[in-house]
Formats: sequence, C-alpha cells, structure tokens
Amino acid sequence: MISLHNISKSFGAFAALHNIDLAVRDGEFLALLGPSGSGKTTLLRIIAGLAFPDEGEVRFNGEDVTELPVAERKVGFVFQQYALFRHMSVLDNVSFGLSVRPRRRRPSKAKIRARARELLDLVQLDGLGDRYPAQLSGGQQQRVALARALAVEPQLLLLDEPFGALDAKVRKELRRWLRQLHEQMGLTSIFVTHDQEEALELADRVVVLDRGVIEQIGTPEDVYMTPASGFVSGFVGDCNSLPVQVRAHRAHFEGVVLDVPVARAFDGPGRLDFRPHDIALSVDGGGLPLQVRGVYRRGGHWRVEGTVNGSQRIVEIDLDADQAPPQIGSELAFRITRARVFREQEAVR
Amino acid sequence: MSARLPHQSRSAQLVLILVALAFIGFFLVLPLVAVFAEALAKGLATYGAALVEPDAISAIKLTLLVAAISVPLNVVFGLCAAWAVAKFDFRGRSLLVTLIDLPFSISPVVAGLVYVLLFGAQGWAGPWLIDHGVRIIFAVPGIVLATILVTFPFVARELIPLMQEQGRADEEAALALGASGFRTFLRVTLPNIKWGLLYGVLLCNARAMGEFGAVSVVSGHLRGLTNTVPLHVEILYNEYNFAAAFAVASLLALLALVTLVLKTSLEWKFGYSHRSAR
Repeated sequence: MISLHNISKSFGAFAALHNIDLAVRDGEFLALLGPSGSGKTTLLRIIAGLAFPDEGEVRFNGEDVTELPVAERKVGFVFQQYALFRHMSVLDNVSFGLSVRPRRRRPSKAKIRARARELLDLVQLDGLGDRYPAQLSGGQQQRVALARALAVEPQLLLLDEPFGALDAKVRKELRRWLRQLHEQMGLTSIFVTHDQEEALELADRVVVLDRGVIEQIGTPEDVYMTPASGFVSGFVGDCNSLPVQVRAHRAHFEGVVLDVPVARAFDGPGRLDFRPHDIALSVDGGGLPLQVRGVYRRGGHWRVEGTVNGSQRIVEIDLDADQAPPQIGSELAFRITRARVFREQEAVR
Repeated sequence: MSARLPHQSRSAQLVLILVALAFIGFFLVLPLVAVFAEALAKGLATYGAALVEPDAISAIKLTLLVAAISVPLNVVFGLCAAWAVAKFDFRGRSLLVTLIDLPFSISPVVAGLVYVLLFGAQGWAGPWLIDHGVRIIFAVPGIVLATILVTFPFVARELIPLMQEQGRADEEAALALGASGFRTFLRVTLPNIKWGLLYGVLLCNARAMGEFGAVSVVSGHLRGLTNTVPLHVEILYNEYNFAAAFAVASLLALLALVTLVLKTSLEWKFGYSHRSAR
C-alpha cells in the first residue's frame, strides 16, 4: 500500500501541493484528475521519487521512502511524451532496465532479449523490435514505453497523461487495453489526467485536485453524483450553474422558487449546479422557461442550448432523441430534478 | 526550395545573390587564393622547406600540444556546464550562462594580459612562482591557459541549447529504470548530444590552433620554444620572409578549410538526425 502523509511542495513562491494525505490500495487503479497547474503531475513525480516534497512522508507498505531516489523505489514510470531513447531500437529500449542492473543481478544477454521479446508480445508489438521509436505511430510508442517500464517488474505503475498525445480512437482502444493489462498483471496503477471522461471511465477511484489541494477522493460514481465542492461539480462532467438565493431549504432563482430539494443548511447567496440530464420537461406550465438557441445530437439525446428567463446565462439540457428536436427560437419549460447547492464563497474559491 | 515571395521580382533576387557572391569572393575567396598563391610563388621546394625548417616544426608541435590540452579540458568543462544549466534548477543559472559567454566579448589581448598580471614577474603570484621554479608566463603553461580562456565558450555554447531543448525526460526515464547517473550519461545523454558535441569540439579546436592575440601576449615569442603557428607566421612576415610566412599560413588556411568541410558534413548529419528524432 502506498500512503502519503501531509505532503507539501513549493517551487519558489508557487505552492504546488499543500498538505496532501492519500492512501492508495494494492491493486487499485487510481486517477489523479485536475486542471493544469493543480499539482497532479508533481504529486505523481513525488510518488515516483523524481521529485521530493518539502514536507511530509511517502510510505510504501509502511516503509518510509521519502528520501529514496527513483532508481530504488522499483516503480514503472511512463512519461507524457514517452521519453523513448531515440538512438536505440525498440528491443534495446525495452531491454534497458534489465541491462543496466549491477552485474550480479543482471540476467544473461540472451535472457534479457527473451524477456524483452515477451514484453513486446504482451503489448502486441511482436516483430517491431528492430524498429526505432521515430518509425512507430504514437500509440505504438506509448506501448513501447509501457513495455519498457514493465521490464523491471514494478509493483507500482505510474503514468503521466498516458493518452494525452493520441487521437480519440487510439486513445479509447489503449484505455481498455491498459485496464486489462493492469488486472492481468496484478499491478497498482496511478495515472495523471486532465480529462475527466478518461478518469471516470478507467479508474477505481478518482482524486480530484485543484491548486495543490485534494478536493475530493471517491469512486467515479461518487465524484460525479455527489461532488464535494463547487470546483468538483464544475470540473467533472457537464454542469449548469445558476446563481440562487437560498432561504429555508429552498433555492430562489430570479424570483422563481425551484422545487428541487436543497440538502445543505445555509441561507444566503449560493450557486445551484445541475447536470444536463437531471431535468424533466414541464407539462403543467410550471418550471423554468428556456429559450432555445441551438440543438445538436449527442448520442441518444438532443443537447439543447438556451437561455433561462431572458438572462444571458447559457444552460444545456438533454432531451430524449426519440422525440423531434425543439425548434430554435421556441420556448420550453423544464424542472430540475436533481441539483447541488454550494455557498457563494465555496463556489468561487 | 525555389520559393519566392509573390511580389519579389526575379531581378531583385538576382541582384541580392550577386551582391552576396561578390562580397564572399572579395573578402573570403580572394584572400584564401592569395595565401596559397604567395605560398607557392617560389615553387614547391621553398614551400616544403619552410614547413620542415626546425622552428616551423617546433611551432607546429607546440600548437598541436596546446590544442591537445585545451580542447579536452574544454570538452569536460563544456559538458559539466551544459549539464548543470540544462538539467538542474539553481540560483544564478542565467549568471553562469552570461559568464560562459564572457570570453566572446573580451578582447583576446586583455585575456592574455590577465595572466601576465596574475603570474608575470611583476604580477600577484609571479614572485612566489619564480621562487619555486614554476614558469607560467613566457612558457607553455601560459599559452595553454590563455588558449583555454579564449576557447572556453565553444563547447558549452553548442551544448546548452541542445540539452535544454531535449529536456530531462530521457535521463529521468533511464534513472527510473534503475540506471546509475554515470550509466545514464554514457548510454542516454551522450548519444543524444554526440553530433552537437563534435561540432563544438571542431570549432573549439579551430580556434585553439588559430588563436593569436591572447597567446601573443603571454608567449614571449621565443623561437623554437614558445612560438605557436600563428606567432611563427607573424615573425616570418616581419622578417620579410614572405614565401615562408605564407607557406606556414597556408597550414592554418588548410585547417580552416578542413574544419569547414567537416562542419558542413556534421551539420548535414546533425540536422538530419535531429529531424528524424521528432
């Protein structure tokens, strides 16, 4: 098990991480999710031993490894741009980790080659061992980087934006395949991403970071359905925000009382967040009026964009694509069926 | 390759090319031809005799010795400096880069004088050194020191932008795979920078062999002892021994030509391997 205790790190005046506590379970697939500058890559590098915290402790299975350099932590690290050795063939790249071992722990040349070939088989690149990195596609380079990291038989696999540089189709295939590999090899994996969809699809648990602070740790379901803060709510998944006044467990938007339950007890200005799919068309004339500005298909839904109550604020809602799409310029009424309310100062923090 | 801006006329293009060619012809090709013409003016025998004369041989030997000491030292220094600047963050990094450039902006005569002031008979450390039988000024060590100072930036200047552009990810990857720092340098860093390094060595060598000003100040011009090839050329010329002066000078011109050819072929190779790396 990997645990981080009270980790802080600054670069000059910039506080990259602030009092981070995190426990990663064995066999877990964990995502570090956040916008750029949130500290997620720094956190990954601290776990790897490529960066060192100013304060706090990193423990692997209870043992303090805070001061250990990366070479001694036995982790596999896959870099964002892969960092393949361009002057070495694919096979030499994959062999590198074994070939630089001290002589007494180094397998024979033939054994290293055989192991590298096995790994290339595993990442489905058999037969490409003699190529050079520049001769491979992005997806293939990614898999070489993975095979190279796995050659040293790490327990922990760390990936920095593993799919960032790939096109959408390759990305989806690789994601599924990586998840499979993770299970098959019994690894603990941590990956960094700014893509919430990727985190929700792939991870067992998601750690949402913003400005060096953990905003929420939870399953994809938790993070999506019960965001712990205004930031998480806005960052993970599509989200509409309306400025509201809260009085006695009811949210008021521009004079209209919204008949959606407000779980949190506070009075005063707040922000009401709801997902595009957490609505129902209103048939009895109540609810919020929406002036339709645009409609496009999103899978099995119409994504309808419009403005509410004549304000300039754009709201997106999903309507069933079985029905005809609403006309642009027409008006419809909807109720919010599920929402979260955040206090004003939390929402803008 | 024959791309032109749409509004650029063909005649303007022609004029620009002719101006450039005329300039190169007048300032580069003509002097080069003159050197070889003068050198061979009194026939091949005189040319050969000027080169094998004992003072010339000793000047050539000294020049080779100075280059053989200063170039490797600058390679080591250049690698260290470029590594430090490109791969580590520390206070005063930009100051270091500026300091590395200093020899480019200092007159070589001043560079030589600095050592006379430091180690000369009237200098700070001079009397002590003389008492202990160490001669630096008007001796080989002074020439080597002055050459090192003047050629100081060549290797580092070449490597710093290259290593900065390549970033640290390759080295981090090697370290993460368990390689030691030294192994990482040998197997990952060095292959990545080898063409740039060779290029820097080439320029450094050309300058080390051709340096006149700084060396002239510290050498003392002792024939057969502290004369390098450029200094020897000057002495011969001042003695109106033109054929011999140009014969020895043709060696330096030849060095320039060889350097140019190697540099161009390296550029081709360097640029090529650079592009394929993306």
